[in-house]
Order: sequence, then structure tokens, then C-alpha cells
Amino acid sequence: MTGILAAAAPIATPHIEYGQLSPMLLVFGLALVGVLVEAFAPRPLRRGLHLVLTLGGLAAAFVLTIVVASSSSVFGHGSPGHVAAEGAVGIDRPTLFIWGTILVLAFVSVLLIAESSHDVSPFAAQAAAVPGSAEEREGLEAGITHTEVYPLTLFAVGGMLLFPASNDLLTMFVALEVLSLPLYLLCGLARRRRLLSQEAAMKYFLLGAFSSAFFLFGIAMLYGFSGSVRLSAIAAAASSNTGSATLLYAGIALLGLGLLFKIGAAPFQSWKPDVYQGAPTPVTALMASCTLVAAFGALFRVFYVAFGQLSWDWRPAMWAVAILTMVVGSIVAVTQTDVKRLLAYSSIAQAGYVLTGVIAASAAGLSASLFYLAAYGVAVIGAFAVVTLVRDQTGEAAHLSRWAGLGRRSPLVAGAFAFFLITFAGIPLTSGFTGKFAVFRAAIAGGALPLVIVGVLSSAILAFPYVRVIVLMFFSDPAPDGPAVIRPSAFTSAAVVVGVLATLVLGLDPQPLLSLANHAATGMFIR
Amino acid sequence: MSTFPWLTVAGVIPLAGAVVIAAVPSAGAAGDAAQRGRDKLVKRVALVVSLITLAVTIAMALRFSPGGPDFQFTQTDQWIPQFGVHYAVGVDGIALVLILMTTVLMPVVVLASWNDAEGGSGPAGEKPPRRSVKTYFALLLVLETMMIGVFAATDVFLFYVFFEAMLVPMYFMIGSYGVGQRQYAAVKFLLYSLLGGLLMLVAVIALYVYSARGGHQGTFLFSQLTHLSLSPVTQRWLFLGFFVAFAIKAPLWPFHTWLPDAATAAQPGAAVLLVGVLDKVGTFGLIRYCLELFPSASHYFTPLIIALAVIGILYGAIVAIGQRDLKRLIAYTSVSHMGLITLGIFAMTSEGQTGATLYMVNHGFATGALFLLAGFMITRRRSQLIADYGGVQKVAPVLAGLFLIAGLAGLALPGLSTFVSEFLVLVGTFTRYEVPAILATVGIILAAIYILWMYQRTMTGPVRDKIVGMPDLNARELWAVGPLIALIIVLGVYPQPVLNIINPAVHQTLVQVHATDPVPPHPATALHQNGGAR
Repeated sequence: MTGILAAAAPIATPHIEYGQLSPMLLVFGLALVGVLVEAFAPRPLRRGLHLVLTLGGLAAAFVLTIVVASSSSVFGHGSPGHVAAEGAVGIDRPTLFIWGTILVLAFVSVLLIAESSHDVSPFAAQAAAVPGSAEEREGLEAGITHTEVYPLTLFAVGGMLLFPASNDLLTMFVALEVLSLPLYLLCGLARRRRLLSQEAAMKYFLLGAFSSAFFLFGIAMLYGFSGSVRLSAIAAAASSNTGSATLLYAGIALLGLGLLFKIGAAPFQSWKPDVYQGAPTPVTALMASCTLVAAFGALFRVFYVAFGQLSWDWRPAMWAVAILTMVVGSIVAVTQTDVKRLLAYSSIAQAGYVLTGVIAASAAGLSASLFYLAAYGVAVIGAFAVVTLVRDQTGEAAHLSRWAGLGRRSPLVAGAFAFFLITFAGIPLTSGFTGKFAVFRAAIAGGALPLVIVGVLSSAILAFPYVRVIVLMFFSDPAPDGPAVIRPSAFTSAAVVVGVLATLVLGLDPQPLLSLANHAATGMFIR
Repeated sequence: MSTFPWLTVAGVIPLAGAVVIAAVPSAGAAGDAAQRGRDKLVKRVALVVSLITLAVTIAMALRFSPGGPDFQFTQTDQWIPQFGVHYAVGVDGIALVLILMTTVLMPVVVLASWNDAEGGSGPAGEKPPRRSVKTYFALLLVLETMMIGVFAATDVFLFYVFFEAMLVPMYFMIGSYGVGQRQYAAVKFLLYSLLGGLLMLVAVIALYVYSARGGHQGTFLFSQLTHLSLSPVTQRWLFLGFFVAFAIKAPLWPFHTWLPDAATAAQPGAAVLLVGVLDKVGTFGLIRYCLELFPSASHYFTPLIIALAVIGILYGAIVAIGQRDLKRLIAYTSVSHMGLITLGIFAMTSEGQTGATLYMVNHGFATGALFLLAGFMITRRRSQLIADYGGVQKVAPVLAGLFLIAGLAGLALPGLSTFVSEFLVLVGTFTRYEVPAILATVGIILAAIYILWMYQRTMTGPVRDKIVGMPDLNARELWAVGPLIALIIVLGVYPQPVLNIINPAVHQTLVQVHATDPVPPHPATALHQNGGAR
């Protein structure tokens, strides 16, 4: 009897804070609308509709993020935030900062994705057509363009928003998949060098699937340890010292592996150069900026909230990973001859610098890393935007030897790229220096001086490939049949200009964004 | 004291000039003649701007009171409160004379590099590539802003920003406008300096973290950092962080290898700034930051640094004797002279440091003049090889005569400015470290060899084929190099005004580093001390 009664009891409807989740819900909703547009709107109208939906949606989501951030119902009375959606999503200041960053970066990346002029569209006409087949040629001649990229991008961005906000590991896993699957697809859609692009997508998918599996294993272990997938419950179990330590440490390791894979930290970095090289450059820009921010956000939440008490246990491993990442990224970058691979290795090394901020395990470290990610994200999109502009007959001229003398021919474009390289090298008066200074300061204050020394040595090594590119662009004579810089459309120019301005402003007057990051980090993550 | 922001104004003028120059549109399709007109306009703007900056700094120097507070014309504003960073500027006597030296050299360099951007002085056979004139002069002016900033900064962070950012314009000036192995030289210069700078960054951050100990708001202000009490071991590590950066910049043996390459590849004007001003940033940093922030570590490392300095003096001189390339030879003489300056600084006597500071200024003028005159010669003959010259004094007597004066200043002939400073350095060193002083004196004998032998090979003897008909200095070149020669002579006869400005600052440094002069063994040194007390 009692069993039947219990079964008959009404199921409590979950309480969803729609207002607080509105930025994320808006992005997901518009992604679904985008699918409908793809299904029902006539072909000529699609691109315009998608652009309005995607750009407008991202902008609106950004505004909503600001509204949530200033709402007193979440942060009133000194509250650090609110755990929404029945404990699945944590709405706190770091999350909102990360959301804002991702939305801005995604907006700029979409500008690149939207680059339209027919022979410049970065995406294949028909992804299903076999490379080199008659079908493919027909598609190209018919002027078909892939407009599915817009809803796919929105899904990925939605996943990126949920990923760092997830307050339990299952939600985080779902977010990981939601952000990854569209990216796997997007990677394979390059218009030129399609085999390379498909290979990249395949590699990314296989390795990504492996890392997801590890992530899931980690969740299982931690569930076995604490009996819950909730981050706060894991933290409580860890500090009360109940349960099997083996499960806990194995869980931390496996979960960390999944997250570090997404960041591209060594020794899980091997996908990054291949994927960055093969993927359509706008998608690379999206991954290099937004995915990195989202993955770091999730890493922060997991290691600060769930394993915050155990920093003595995971720190040595994280030290090793950070050192390895900085060293591998910078040393291997020296030998690169492809500009996209060079930027990929540079991105690996940059991830290592941010990891030094993670290791600080302090509010200062969090705030410095948030600043670094925002500053780096804008600059890296700008750098990839420049890469899309340098072209010859076969598409983008990514091989560095083709860039010789670019500064002579197109001083503005080459100058912008040199400026981005200078900021990646961390030379003062650019945002890269401010960011590096901030994370290194937090790391030294947290007692990680040796890590910082490795960091500066790696920066010095990393400066060499950057400087070599500048030498090629400005001090070498142009090759007679060298690539031309195409006249950028308003979209791509906007991405470059945003990158340059943001880099300059954050180098000269970083205080406003630093204050914001600091304000975001002081309350830390909600538990 | 007036609150007019002298230093900020002096720093902003060249920057504004650079912006104006960058805004001059290139003639594009209008043709070569129109482009030449634009270029001429650009050069005139650069010259006027650098002269205005000079006028401002002279006006500032006249208002400087040697007996006044340590730092004058100070200005302190918040810049990045989050990091405790201030826009803080101010000068003591040492910084003031170095800023003056910079602003004096600048119009000289602009005049001297009038045609260099168009490929004025390439070696033989290399067709001068046409390059953007306005970029060259814009870079020069940006560099001037940063050079003023680096001497004026009294916030360690601000100093670091200028110290590093300064590399970028110089890198482009060597890499884009240089000659010969310019790409290699530019990369080597940048990477060397960057590595040193990054190690210094670690020390800068650590200094900040130590200043934040005990619940204080951390600071980068020099005035507060000097009161920081650090354990001797910490001091030593931080000292090393700063020292390596400055030793690379100065450059001190064995960190010098970038300088001969960079100075050989750079245009003469850029080489003057490189050797005349950028190197001084290194020695200036040794005095201002290494000595004053880490007194006990400075004493600890003194024997090592004196050894490096003496090796540098002798090594630079001996290698200079063996050079076949004019610019390379002058670059190596610089390595030798910078060793002497470092020796004077770390002798920790008031004569030694006064002499070293005075030497920084004199060396800027003397080596600058030597580089410019060598550059004028190279422009005419299109060769940097000493062997390609001979008998120049018969066809171009003015050039040869001025070259001789500049050269003699390089070997510190009495009556020329470098003699005063070199003498002070040697006396100041001798009172404390006799053997190094004697070894350094050997360096002066070697200097006589390399200078006079170079003069003999290039200027005397039969007139070589391609030297016949070589034109003498024109009016522009005379105007460029004349002021430097005049300064060499005037400061050689009457250095007192500069010494008066320097002395209180040197005294303050020595107090800060807890160094006292040994009992003067000779009445002559007492005389100089009276000058210092005045």
C-alpha cells in the first residue's frame, strides 16, 4: 500500500529561474529557431535571417547577462550568487563574467564566420560531397553556401555558456557534449583543403570522445566516493574524509584529464595544432577564444569548488602540467612553418600561463586568469581574422614562407598582425603584458615563483617564432608571386579593428576590466 | 616649486610629433616628386619637434636646483590601482643629465639620418631599397618619448614598461632600415633584451609582493621601495634579476655579443641612439635600481661585477684592435667604455660614481660623434671596411679633423670631456681597488692603439682610388656633428655645471647603498669632494 501511495504522490515540478538563466536559454532557443529557418526559409533569405538571429541573439544575451549581473535578487545582501535550476546551474559573478566574455568573443567570431563574398566563404558548399567529385563542383557552381553553420555555432556557444556554470558534474558533461559536437562538425566544413579539414574533424572527434569518456569515468568515481554528482557535495565529502581516497584521487585525475584536454594543456595538446590548422579559420578563431574561456571556466569551478580543500593534493600535478604546457608550447612553436599551427602552439603556451593563475588558487589568481582570457581571446580572434585575409589561388596562404614581405605590400594588415604577435609575446603597453603580469603576480603571491621563472623563460623562447614572423613580414623582400591580401569586408575588418583596439586599450588602461574581473572574483564561485 | 608637468610635456611632445608624422598621407599615385616633397615635410617636422623637446628639457634643467630635493619635477598619479601602479615621474641629477643628453642627441640624429631612410649608407653593391621615410622618423620620435620616460620614471613598473617597449621601435629601425645582416642583428637584439627584461619582470613582481607583506597595499613607487627591508638572500636574488637585464642592456661582458651585430647593422643614426642612449639605460639602471634598492646585495656582488667590468674593458679594447669593420670597431670600443663606467659605479666612491655618470654623458656625445662621422664616410664610399679607406684627410680635411677629435675623445685625451670622467673613474677606483684600476688603465693604452691605428689606416697615407674626389662634409652634416664636437670640448674644459647637477644625486646613492669614501690618499681627490659638497 505505502509503495503505491508514494508512487502516486505528485511529482514536484522543478523550479527553474528563467530570469537568471535567460542568456543561456535565449542562445539555445535561437539555435533551435535557426534550425527551423534552415528547414523552412527559402535559400536566398537564409543567410540574412541567420545573421540577424545569431548576431542579434548574442548581443541580446550579453545585455541579459548584464541585467542578471546587476539584479539585486541574485546578488543582494552580499550574496555571492544563486544556485539555479534545482542545483544544476550556479549563477555567480565569475560565471557571469565568463558568460559576458564568451558572448563578446562569440559575437566577434561570428563576424568572421559571416564573411560572405562568394569566393571567400570559408565553408564548403556541401559538406557531404566527396572532395574533388563532380558533386562538389556542382555545389560550388550553384553558389550553395552552408548556412547550417550559424545554428551550429549557437549550439556550441550555448554549451560553452552552460559548461562553466554547471554546478553538478552530469550537467557539466551534457554541456561538454553540447559544445563539442557542433564544433566537431564545424571543423570538417572547410571550403579549401577539404581532406585536411575532414581529417582534423575526425581527429578532434576521436580524441574528444576519448576525453569525454575519461571525464565520464571521473564522474562515476567521484559519485562512488561521495554519493553525489553535486560539486558542493563532493567538496563536503572530501573535507569530511569519508569514502575511499582512491576513488577520489582517480576521479580528480580523470575529470582533470577531460578538462585539460579541452584546454589543450600538455600532454593532452596533440589535437590542437592539427585541428587549428585543418578547421575553417573562423571556426579556429571561435575555438581558440570561446572554447578556451569556457573550458577554463569549468576547470576553475571544478578545482575551486569541488576540490578547493584538496589544493595540496592536486597542485603538484597541476604544476607539472603547467610547466610541461608552457615548455612544450613554446619550444615546439619555434619549429612551425604554418601560421595556423604556430598560433595553435602559441595558444598551448598561453594556456600554460593561465594555468599558473589557476594554481595560485586564490581570488587574485582567478581574477588575473579571467582578465588574461578575455584579453587573449579578443587578440587571437583578430590574429585569425588576419590569417583569413592573406590568400593566393589555393585559398589562405598559411605557409609562413608565403608571408614574406607582406609588410611592404599591405602595411596595415601586416601591422595589425605584428601588433597581435607583440601582445602574445607580452611586450608592455599591450593587453598581453597586462594579463601576463596579472597571472604571474598572483602566482608569485601564491608562492609559485619557480613556475613563474619557467613562465618567463618560455615567454622568451616563444618570442622567437613571433619575432621571426615579423622579420618575414617586414624585413624580407616580397616573393614575386606572393599571396595577395584581399580587401576585407566590413565583417572581417570589424573583427580586426576590435582586436587591435581592445589590445591597445587593455594595455594602456586596463583598470576598468581589471576591476570588473576583480569584482567578479572576490565572491568566488557559489557552492 | 612650480607644478608644471615638465617631464610629461617633454615626453609627450615627441609622441605627438610621431602621430603628426604618421598622419601625413603618402603621395601614392602622385609620383616620386610629390613623395619627395612629403618626405621633406616629414623630416622637417621631426627636426622641429626634436628641437622643441630639447628646448623644453633645457628650460627644465635651468629650473633644477642641485641643492633641492632628491627628485624634482615630480608627478604622481594613479595608473593601475589594482596593481598599485602609478604614473610617477621625477628626476634626480643623474636622470636629468641623461635626459638632456638624449634630447641633445635627438635633433643631431634626425639631421644625420636625413637621407638614411632612403638607403643612404648601404655597403657597396647593395642597392638601397626604398623605404617609408615617415615610418623611420615616427619610430625615432616614439623612441625619444620612451627614452625620456625610462629615465624619468620613478615607479618600477613604469620603468619596466618603457624599458621593454623601447625595444620595439629600435627593433624595427634595425630590421627594416639597417644594412647587411640586419634581420639577424634585429632578432638577436630583441631576443637578448627580451630575455633580460623578462627576468627583471620576475624580480619586479617579487619586489611588489614583498612590499605587500604585512597587509600593506603593494607598491611599485621607487620612493617607498627604498625603505623596504629585505633579507640578504632575497636581496641577492632580486639583485640578480635586475642585474642581468641591465648587464645585457649596458652591455657588460659576457652579455655584449648582440651589440656589435646590432650597431653594425643599424644606420649610423640608430647606432648613435643604441650605443649613446640605450646602453646608458643599463648603467643608469645599475645605479638607480640595483644599488639603491639592494644595497647589501650590491656589496656582496661587487667583486664579481668589478671582475666582469675589468674583463670587459680589456676584452672590448683588444677585440676592437682586431676589427676590420668601422662600425664594429666603434661598437667594441663601446663595450670597453661601458666596462669602465660599470667599474666606476661599483667602486662605490663618490669620485668613481660621479665620473661614471659624467662618462655616460660624455660617452654618448663622443661615441655618437664617432658613429656619425663614420656613417658620413660610409655614405660616401659605400663600404664599412677600414681597408677600403685611406688618405681621406687629403680630400676631406674637415671630416678627418672632426673624426680625429671624436677619436681622441674616445681615448680620453686631456682637454676633451672624456678625460675628466675617465680620470675620475680611475681615481675613484684606485682609492679602493688598486689592481682593477691599474688593469683599467691598461685599457686606455689599448684605446690609443685602436683609435690611432684606425685613424692612420683610414685618414692618412696615399689617397685610395675610390676616395679621390670624396666630398667633404656638407652644411647639414656639419650642423649635425658640430654641436657634439663643441660639447666634447666645452665639457672637457669646464665640466663643473654638469658635476654640480650630478654630485648630490651620487651622494644620495652612496648614502642609500651605505658606502663611504676611503680616506683620501691624495689632496687632489679632496678637491673634487669639495665640489660635491657645494
